[in-house]
Amino acid sequence: MMKEQIQEHVKNLLAEGRIEGFLGLRQQGTDIGPHLFKSADELGDLSLGDRQDPGDSRYPLDKILSRLAFNYPTDTFGVLVRGCDERALQQLFTVSMLHRDRVVPVGFACPPELAEAHQCWKPFPEALVAGEPSPGVVGGEDAVGSQLGLLGKLQEWFDTFDRCVKCYGCRNICPVCYCHDCTLEEAALLPTGEIPPANPNFLMTRAMHMVGRSLCIYCGLCEEVCPADIPLKSLYRLVSKIVGQEAVTPEGLAARQETAGQSVDKAAAG
Amino acid sequence: MDYKTVLTTCAYCGCGCGLYLEVLDGRLIGTLPSKTNPINEGKLCVKGWNIHEFVQHPSRLTKPLIRKNGTLTEASWDEALDYTASRLKEIKEAHGSHSIAFLASAKVTNEENYVIMKFARAAVGTNNVDHCARL
Repeated sequence: MMKEQIQEHVKNLLAEGRIEGFLGLRQQGTDIGPHLFKSADELGDLSLGDRQDPGDSRYPLDKILSRLAFNYPTDTFGVLVRGCDERALQQLFTVSMLHRDRVVPVGFACPPELAEAHQCWKPFPEALVAGEPSPGVVGGEDAVGSQLGLLGKLQEWFDTFDRCVKCYGCRNICPVCYCHDCTLEEAALLPTGEIPPANPNFLMTRAMHMVGRSLCIYCGLCEEVCPADIPLKSLYRLVSKIVGQEAVTPEGLAARQETAGQSVDKAAAG
Repeated sequence: MDYKTVLTTCAYCGCGCGLYLEVLDGRLIGTLPSKTNPINEGKLCVKGWNIHEFVQHPSRLTKPLIRKNGTLTEASWDEALDYTASRLKEIKEAHGSHSIAFLASAKVTNEENYVIMKFARAAVGTNNVDHCARL
């Protein structure tokens, strides 16, 4: 049902010429991957990223979009968004990686069980086209985070970090990682010259970078992509509490984004 | 404006991770792990994440080179194959077949690796065969 609503909406956007293309997900056989839909004929293969379970096949569409926009800065694109994707869009608008006038978000709501699993406080976007918004989890704490804690169990966390295989997947998949020169490639954080090479010790650095600058939108793609199963989203939540600024916790971030959105709208209206 | 993702299999080792190559206007611009592939379940190693880089890399060897007077010089395939065959034969005759080793590749098919193994053992007469995936 949700899918049909989205298909219909995108079909109209394409027909009205409002967008050059719609960046969404396409199902081919049992595979689901990103696809730029350029005509209504293709929309039959649209997927919302649920293969076996809700949201088990999510991709960083906003990140892909920012690259398309870099190459085609005057084109307008539609993009499929969940609540977290829309938060990423806001971040990318703020840092001018995307222009809000050239992005048409097409949103749908996540089911309550997905919101619960990800401890998501706003499992639906403002640009809601399909689905019933579920309330989300306020002040939640995920199972791993509450079990481990951070300051009292630092050694356990550092032992966990030792599993890192330096694939950079957490950075590569992150919808809001946009720096050209990445701190994680800083030579000081990457001991070399010994065989076997020492484990990189940049995971805490990344946590501070993502959380301290209020970038993290807590989508959890980093955690899903990690071949070593390091609970990165749990780490970021814990760090956000320790840093202790309202603005960097998930709830604080929500408030901050609302304020930022209003001020930008006011500026545009003025 | 032509953006597409192409589902394929990583060529770096024998695991067979599924990935999407991102293609913009005929150029490979990125790699994304396939979330639905049962082998890698949306994960990749550092090599897989960067596999789009080698295909169209300007430093990629596309023509045979022969070192002449200390300088690598472009050569035709016929010249390169003749030179290699005659030198392999000379070395084998002078120093024996075990003075030669073969290094196969993870970026070619099983069949091509079979052929180089067979060539080493049956034609040259050595078991010195190894593979670049032994990292």
